Amino acid sequence: MALPPPDPQFVLRGTSAAVHTLHFSCGGPNPDIPLLFSGSENGFIHVWNLKTHRVDTALDGHGRKSVYCVETMGGKDRLLSQGRDQRICLWDLAEGRTSVTDSVFTEHVGFCRCSLLKVAQGRWLMAMAARSLEEVQILELPSKTSVCTLKPEVGAKLGMPMCLKLWQLSCGSQPVLLAGYEDGSVVLWNVSMGKALSQLICHQEPVMSLDFDSEKAKGISGSSEKVLSIWSLNEQQNLQVYKTHKLVNAGISDITIRPDKKILATAGWDHRIRIFGWKKLKPLAVLDYHTATVHCVSFSDHSNPWERLLAAGSKDQRISVWSIYAQT
Amino acid sequence: VCFMSGGLDCSITFVSHILGKVCVHGRQKEILGVLVPRLTDLTKSDCIWQRICWRLVECVPDRGMEAVVLGFVQRASGADTLSRLLGNLVVKNKKAQFVVTQKMLLLQYGHTTTVLQNLLGYLSLDSLRRTLLLRVLQELLETWSSSSAVKHSPAEQQLYISKAILICLSHLKEPEIESCRQVLLTSMMEGVKCHLDSSLPQLRRLGMVVAESISLKINTEGPILKFEYKEDDETRELKSLVVQTPPFCVVPSLPDDESEKAGAVLPLVPESNEKLHSAVPVMPDEELDAELDSDDDLIPYDMSEDKELKIKAPVYIRDCIEVLTGSGSEDVDKWEATVKALESLVRKNPAATREVSVELAKILLHLEEKTCIEGFVELRQRAQVAVLTTDPIPVVEYLTSQFYSVNYSLHQRMDILDVLVLAAQELSCPKFHGKTNHSGAQKPCMQLLPGSDSSKDWRKIVDERIKSKTRRFDMGQSHVEVASCPNKFNAVAGHFFFPLIQRFDRPLTTFDLLGEDHLVLGRLVHTLAILMYLAVNTVAVTAMGKALLEFVWALRFHTDSYVRQGLLSCVSSLLLSVPAEWILADMTEELLETQSWLGDVMEKDPDGDCRRLALQNLLLMENLKKKLEAVPS
Repeated sequence: MALPPPDPQFVLRGTSAAVHTLHFSCGGPNPDIPLLFSGSENGFIHVWNLKTHRVDTALDGHGRKSVYCVETMGGKDRLLSQGRDQRICLWDLAEGRTSVTDSVFTEHVGFCRCSLLKVAQGRWLMAMAARSLEEVQILELPSKTSVCTLKPEVGAKLGMPMCLKLWQLSCGSQPVLLAGYEDGSVVLWNVSMGKALSQLICHQEPVMSLDFDSEKAKGISGSSEKVLSIWSLNEQQNLQVYKTHKLVNAGISDITIRPDKKILATAGWDHRIRIFGWKKLKPLAVLDYHTATVHCVSFSDHSNPWERLLAAGSKDQRISVWSIYAQT
Repeated sequence: VCFMSGGLDCSITFVSHILGKVCVHGRQKEILGVLVPRLTDLTKSDCIWQRICWRLVECVPDRGMEAVVLGFVQRASGADTLSRLLGNLVVKNKKAQFVVTQKMLLLQYGHTTTVLQNLLGYLSLDSLRRTLLLRVLQELLETWSSSSAVKHSPAEQQLYISKAILICLSHLKEPEIESCRQVLLTSMMEGVKCHLDSSLPQLRRLGMVVAESISLKINTEGPILKFEYKEDDETRELKSLVVQTPPFCVVPSLPDDESEKAGAVLPLVPESNEKLHSAVPVMPDEELDAELDSDDDLIPYDMSEDKELKIKAPVYIRDCIEVLTGSGSEDVDKWEATVKALESLVRKNPAATREVSVELAKILLHLEEKTCIEGFVELRQRAQVAVLTTDPIPVVEYLTSQFYSVNYSLHQRMDILDVLVLAAQELSCPKFHGKTNHSGAQKPCMQLLPGSDSSKDWRKIVDERIKSKTRRFDMGQSHVEVASCPNKFNAVAGHFFFPLIQRFDRPLTTFDLLGEDHLVLGRLVHTLAILMYLAVNTVAVTAMGKALLEFVWALRFHTDSYVRQGLLSCVSSLLLSVPAEWILADMTEELLETQSWLGDVMEKDPDGDCRRLALQNLLLMENLKKKLEAVPS
């Protein structure tokens, strides 16, 4: 007899707006204060203290426009946030400061979250959707110089880029970008050369979110329909569909694979979080706590395995934090 | 019948005279039946015979020319045959020209499509005759685009002319199209306007098909005209007429163009396939997967609760009202669920519905599609019918008053009429509610058009009832097959009918039944006919009959044939519903006048359906008279 699904370990309330993005910062050199960053629809970024379960700081840098992406850059002192005010802000949070050190004006009016990749000490590459409809721009941070612009060929009709993931096989190798587009296809781009290596039509509807496991060269994408699509990258850098998984209810807003590549979590429009095993996409659990669409899921980066957490942010303004399969 | 043999130099004039005389006297079939095939064979390869044939027809005296030419055209097996047989007769002989270019195309319309094709193909085969072809096309287009022709000529003639236009188009060559492009364009625009204005769907479709074909011909690059209409045999046949290439096509460029285009398409396809991989799933080879499945460590939790998310619709009518009038895009899922559940809720809670019936009717009348639900129009209509049947009098008062109010779209007004008809149907014969529901949805007027057939149906039903009753006499009154219940329509028939008929001649700023909005007038008339039909056995039926007869009399000369059809079906319903004695008692004079009008319509009305309906009405009147004479007074 299978156990009923667990309840959340705790729930964070207090954002007073729908939560669109979450990011943990629990590892690193100063692990005594595990933090969770959340971006909300009212433009605030809340810094949650996971020991006290309260907001330590609230950052207001996007003119009350919704914040839909939050990432740390090498530790919790530097934060990057992206908002609907068409800006990407870089924050300095060391020693209690809360100032925006730099910002990039993206002129992007969509919802595509940017993707960060650390390429060297102090240097990052950031992929973001640019002003022009189908383009993705790669910038180098913190210098903000443009590395290249990835434009699909004329007539490809991919639509807007919906989700991005920059990765490299190992430190020092070519950075590659996976982009999911509005027409349901995922394209693999070579960043240095600026050209597309492979394109795969995964869905009939726009690709809402994707994640990629560079070790196994396998990725997963979710869309507004009832299907999750798992695809793989072969030696010739070609994408192929590996498997599809049918869901009970349509709509996925976010997918994320746990850093140990054992499980993955999906955030659904049906208010539920689903957990799958990554190896064979075996459904493991359905976490039904929220009362509105779950917008984002995120796994923590605790160095201690059994402290690992999963957080989910929803339109019902709550962030649920779960401890699930932490022992494996 | 004699045949020339050997290369004799003889006078053919005599033969021509005989031919002409015979044909004029109506013996075309016999003589041409033998002559034409023989000549066809002889002229196939022999030039001399061709010239003999031409001389033959040229010498036919004018009196007989028409009959001869007509006969030849009808019997020739193809355009090229006709060309061999007649030669350039149409150019040389005025009478022949008149017959071919005017009479057969514009004045007559009974010829088959093949005859048309032969005729026009014949005109196109020789350069001398092609000028005639162009002239013919222009005249055909003039007729096609004249609004009076569209309104008053019978549908069959319009079909014939459309076919002729399409065949002409198929024969036109590029330079000719260039020269008359302007003419084609202007007549197309005018013609389309007149055709789309018509109330008969067949004429609208004709206009659309012809306009599309013309636009295709004159605009080979760039956007072409494309209408949306239901394809049926007629449209397919019409379209096929344009595509056919004439035999002995002198223009080699046409087939080349097509193959060029086909060639251009092919190279594009492999290009786009290069980088695209179709989603062919690569099935994971599970047997070869020798890795230890570390997923086995992960024990799944109980997921039995994971079911499809269903949005619950509200359970109370007042909640439904709140959701439907609720501001904003709050909960579109709930809105959808409410719309779907509304009809059944209304039917299950009649008392609650009666409290808020007029409000609900108002909301439903103005309800617009917020999200894309399948069958939204039908859902809304069924909800409206449910509300109307639950609380007829106030709701029908509301709806009929709204029908004549300003600021409603034509669609909404016609919606009101449809809802009234469906509700009346339900109220008057609840046992048939299930059956006629779906058929009644689209065009209730067409299905319920009463004719002399349905009067026999009624007799059958009555006979069966009598039979069943007599059989069970001994066992007492057991259940008859059909459960009878009081006629709910009785109480409200007048409420449905009289408000609609009262204000038809008072125009409003945005709604003028007697003017531009004759489409709505047609629907109104049909609605009144159905309401009359359903009012049989109600108390108000005689009063309704009188009012309806006056209404019909006022509108009997309306130019729109859809309206006239409706008026005639009103008369039919009247004759079927009002009991015979009352008709004769109250409406004798009016009936006599109506009878003479019907006779007129039957003979002279250009629309075939109107004539048929008038005939049915006269038959019904005859039946009525006989019935009354049979009853001893």
